[in-house]
Amino acid sequence: MRLLIGGLVTGIAFGFLLQKGRVLRYDKQLAALRLQDMTIVKFMFSSVLVGMVGIHLLNDMGLIAMSLKATQVWANIVGGLIFGVGWGLVGYCPGTSLGAVGEGRIDALSGIAGMLFGAAVFAEVYPRLQNNLLVWADYGKITLPQLLGVNHWLVVAVMVVLGVLMFRWFEKKGL
Amino acid sequence: MKQINDPGSWNPYLAGALSGLVAVASVLFTGRYFGASTSFVRSAGMLERLILPERVAANIYFSKYLQPGGSVFDWQWMFVVGILIGALLAATTSGSFRVQAIPDMWQQRFGRRSGLKRVLTAFAGGTILMFGARMADGCPSGHGLSGVMQLAVSGLLALVCFFAGGLLVARLLYGRGGQQ
Repeated sequence: MRLLIGGLVTGIAFGFLLQKGRVLRYDKQLAALRLQDMTIVKFMFSSVLVGMVGIHLLNDMGLIAMSLKATQVWANIVGGLIFGVGWGLVGYCPGTSLGAVGEGRIDALSGIAGMLFGAAVFAEVYPRLQNNLLVWADYGKITLPQLLGVNHWLVVAVMVVLGVLMFRWFEKKGL
Repeated sequence: MKQINDPGSWNPYLAGALSGLVAVASVLFTGRYFGASTSFVRSAGMLERLILPERVAANIYFSKYLQPGGSVFDWQWMFVVGILIGALLAATTSGSFRVQAIPDMWQQRFGRRSGLKRVLTAFAGGTILMFGARMADGCPSGHGLSGVMQLAVSGLLALVCFFAGGLLVARLLYGRGGQQ
């Protein structure tokens, strides 16, 4: 029960911030994919950079556990590209589609119906993929610092610097 | 940054950074990382179970996420519902709630009477997107936010591919050159 309430409260906070940051809208998502307005990228990378520092700090202190998804190169790449194609068409992602409904964008309902259908389609196809494409080039649960064989704070620092440079470039270009 | 006539909007860097803190707090207090697409599998399984219960019970993919007779409600499902409520709260308290069936950018490109086309495209896009998300084992929440925060190789790979696919389709739909 505590977990369910925790999930709801966390979702409300996140949904509130997504709406305030204006990242829920089709126009904003497509504007980023058309390289016209990088609002969603600014939001996402600000979130990622803050989270990256926080997660690694708490993990070093032994307060939390990491929860990595396995790196299965083919599944990640092919699945990721298919996702991108669908994303360009619908203009919402799974999490933001619900938030878009929350601010009145009812075309997201059709997208959500499609997403549910897509999940059912994948469940039908999964038995044919589970022993081939999904496990090709399976490297297990690895991180970039492990792959490079360097301290994680070095990678975090590089990411933060790259992120800030990207933000400065966006502002300079008025994106 | 363009913020003309947009009541209640916050700087995206600020809103993003705060949501990063929310993500960290979630991991600290409940041990849960953000994610969304698994809830669509659970919901789809629950809905399909209403009409084809044997088929869902026999499916190994649904069996990974749905226990027979078990509830679909878990941390992530509540999180996803919470996103809707949070967005509704933010929109209605700032006067930016607006019922809209056809997005402005879509309307400029495809015309004011392109509603059916929009509904069908959104459905098809949603289907393709979720198929890809489940193949990649995550969406921009699970891979893009949670994965990249942890510097997971899977998250970084998937995020690059999400954008690559999206950039391609946006160019096909709207043409090159941005401003039209």
